[in-house]
Amino acid sequence: MAETVPSAEPTRRDFLLIATGAVGAVGAAAVAWPFIAQMQPDAATIAAGAPVDVDLTPVAEGQILKLFWRGKLIFVRHRTKAEIESAAKVDVASLRDPQPDSARVKQGHAQWLVVYGNCTHLGCVPLGHQGQYEGWFCPCHGSVFDTSGRIRQGPAPTNLPIPPYTFVSDSKITIG
Amino acid sequence: MEGHSVYVPKSGFTKWLEARLPIISLTHSSAVAYPVPRNLNYFWTFGAILTMMLVVQIVTGVVLAMHYVPNAKLAFASVESIMRDVNFGWLLRYMHANGASMFFIAVYVHIFRGMYYGSYKAPREVLWILGVIIFLLMMATAFMGYVLPWGQMSFWGATVITNLFSAFDEIIPGVGTWIVTLLWGGFAVDNPTLNRFFALHYLLPFMLAGVVGLHIWALHHVGQNNPTGVEVKNIRKDTVPFTPYATVKDAVGVVFFLILFAWFLFYIPNFMGHADNYIEANPSVTPAHIVPEWYFLPFYAILRAIPSKLGGVLAMFSAVLILAFLPWLDTSKVRSGNYRPVFRVFFWLFVATCVVLGWLGAKPAEGGYTLAAQVLTVFYFSYFLIILPLLGLFETPRQLPGSIAEAVLAKKAKSAAPADASVNG
Amino acid sequence: MKLTKLLAAGVFTVVLGALSAPAPAQASEAGPTPPSVNWSFSGPFGKFDPQQLQRGFKVYREVCAACHSLKYVAFRNLAEPGGPLFTEGQVKALAAEYKVQDGPNDAGEMFERPGRPADHWPSPFPNDNAAAAANGGKAPPDLSLMAKARTYERGFPTFVFDMFTQFAEQGPDYIHALLTGYVEKPKDFNLPAGGTYNKYFPGHVIAMPKPINDGQVDYKGPDGKPQAPETVDQYAKDVSAFLMWTAEPKMEARKALGFRAIIFLVLLAGLTYFAKKRIWKKLPDPV
Repeated sequence: MAETVPSAEPTRRDFLLIATGAVGAVGAAAVAWPFIAQMQPDAATIAAGAPVDVDLTPVAEGQILKLFWRGKLIFVRHRTKAEIESAAKVDVASLRDPQPDSARVKQGHAQWLVVYGNCTHLGCVPLGHQGQYEGWFCPCHGSVFDTSGRIRQGPAPTNLPIPPYTFVSDSKITIG
Repeated sequence: MEGHSVYVPKSGFTKWLEARLPIISLTHSSAVAYPVPRNLNYFWTFGAILTMMLVVQIVTGVVLAMHYVPNAKLAFASVESIMRDVNFGWLLRYMHANGASMFFIAVYVHIFRGMYYGSYKAPREVLWILGVIIFLLMMATAFMGYVLPWGQMSFWGATVITNLFSAFDEIIPGVGTWIVTLLWGGFAVDNPTLNRFFALHYLLPFMLAGVVGLHIWALHHVGQNNPTGVEVKNIRKDTVPFTPYATVKDAVGVVFFLILFAWFLFYIPNFMGHADNYIEANPSVTPAHIVPEWYFLPFYAILRAIPSKLGGVLAMFSAVLILAFLPWLDTSKVRSGNYRPVFRVFFWLFVATCVVLGWLGAKPAEGGYTLAAQVLTVFYFSYFLIILPLLGLFETPRQLPGSIAEAVLAKKAKSAAPADASVNG
Repeated sequence: MKLTKLLAAGVFTVVLGALSAPAPAQASEAGPTPPSVNWSFSGPFGKFDPQQLQRGFKVYREVCAACHSLKYVAFRNLAEPGGPLFTEGQVKALAAEYKVQDGPNDAGEMFERPGRPADHWPSPFPNDNAAAAANGGKAPPDLSLMAKARTYERGFPTFVFDMFTQFAEQGPDYIHALLTGYVEKPKDFNLPAGGTYNKYFPGHVIAMPKPINDGQVDYKGPDGKPQAPETVDQYAKDVSAFLMWTAEPKMEARKALGFRAIIFLVLLAGLTYFAKKRIWKKLPDPV
């Protein structure tokens, strides 16, 4: 067997080995993707998140309706006059997550508050009509929300978020 | 024959770690410095291919278990939701289903390679028996896995195979029935059976991985056999370090095997399966032809070749278990089939027997098929019980090379001067 | 060496001979081999023809759906890539035409509402027993997976060639053959009551009466002309293609990914092979 030229050899060999290793690594990374992507919500779960209609007629003043959309809990609260007033007169600047009550309801429908039903601290379900502000009180870590679902005391960093919804008529909303 | 580790920790961290857990030097000695015979051919890459397939099956299996529901009412639909809705679910499921077939293709090549080159002979008996245990665990795992989609073949396969154990009623009345009821958790294959098969199907691969660890440990203790069957005599001359030589060769084997895998997975993913398994399990209708997965067919043919229930069951189990006695049934002093001219003929006849038995296993058990299966079953057992013990006594083996190095040099000389080939013929 | 090679070749020939020997008995049970249809979706680059799937869907909806469920298919699937490619709007409108059972509501009662794209295809019967009772004791099977759940024996050596030609269309071939297989029964054939003669059905006695006739489904396009022949043969082809899609909705994605995977692997195999050669070439002789 003829002797190969020693000086040229290492670079060519290195290039081939590095190229092989690099292509192999790209392949391994590509194979990893489906194994990660499979954990994302599947097509049925996403499709099941289609908008839901909610009839508001049976919800009496002062009551809170619980329902689910996309597997998440939602509160629909029919607020009393007093609850709306107490929520409206708060000094917005003093709030941890400053938001006027008017920005949290649809115009002309101030009696209806629609919020996600999981505490923004770590996801427990707050109890309605409890706590200092008669809004919600979270039994897990003591977060207190007012009648607008805004955080007033305790560890939760933000107000209860508002899901996307629209009024189809005065007594019917579509969530989603 | 562990390569004595030449690893010396250099950095502060590796020195610290080495003093507490010598994992780097262990890896180095078994995957880098470990000496492998320099004359291994590509049949020796199937160990690496099998290791990869075990990993593929465990990883895809764990991921599929995130979406699969082991309940008789929901299992079939959950598999369909994997195929239709889960992101890349079709890919993962076909990978797992075809992966099982690929695993068996590789294991059969691996077993036949061991049988041809006499890899089971001293001092590798324990290594070989561990391999037989791995094979048994693979069969149990594959069988239970095939039940999980809860299609017609799943259900009826489970019914037929679990009923095998009822044959023990013929030895002690009641015992077989007791075992079968125990396996079922009911009075027929039903939800409890499915649920426990799922639990066991998830458990067994990890036990399998444990036995694979022992198999590799035993291998690294005694060292690899090689195509000449001559033991390593001089580490420097006869062997090469595992890395990079064996590593890169294994990589070649693995990648070519992946091409085969991808061909089935992406283009003919249902080739190895049964159409009936796309029909949900129905306890009131049995499919026209119940056939196990292809990798069980030779054993299934042996089961059906024997006209008695107990006899068939015993013959089938013996056909697998007899492998464990191979190290003592083969009396020849020479390992490799390359130097055993008569053995080689019988070996290929044995391979052909297994293939034809596999084909017969898929055919209806009637007429000429049964007769053929009976003849081949007799040959299958004679190979182990008569041919191998006698061959060792009467066969005249060809001249063995003095050492692996000698064989390598002879081969080189031969390929350099093909006109001279007859010398080594 | 030579002798053993000859012997091995001999053994191989014997095995091949044994394998290709004509199968005794049982062959009479199965019908004739279904003719191979030239499908758009066969082979490594095969794709569904969305127009054909839409026609096949029309056949299913107007004919098969009266008795056969399609429970693993959701309305939304009809708009997904690699399928009949209906628009989202069409699917929404289509779903709304169906009543879907939902509930229980707050009063604890089940109720019916218009379908949504997320809903699965509603079954014609509430359960298998009802389906069997309404159909002479045998429930019409679900069609979602029919194109993968039916096959016919390919035999040796055809099944070996199938590995290389990637033939995987036994299912649609069989469905097409079955739907076109309602021919006059041979004179000496003894047909039991309630059965219909079918050339391709195993045993030839099928519980399903001839389901479709020429001209039964309207294929007229917006221009008022039929977009495909309104014949049983064409209906059978279209609905078989549609059922292949319902059975394997990710087929196009699978073949597309497969093409890339195989190209990649061939490249990697070449690189690895030459890397191996290079590394081993440097190995000195064992002297």
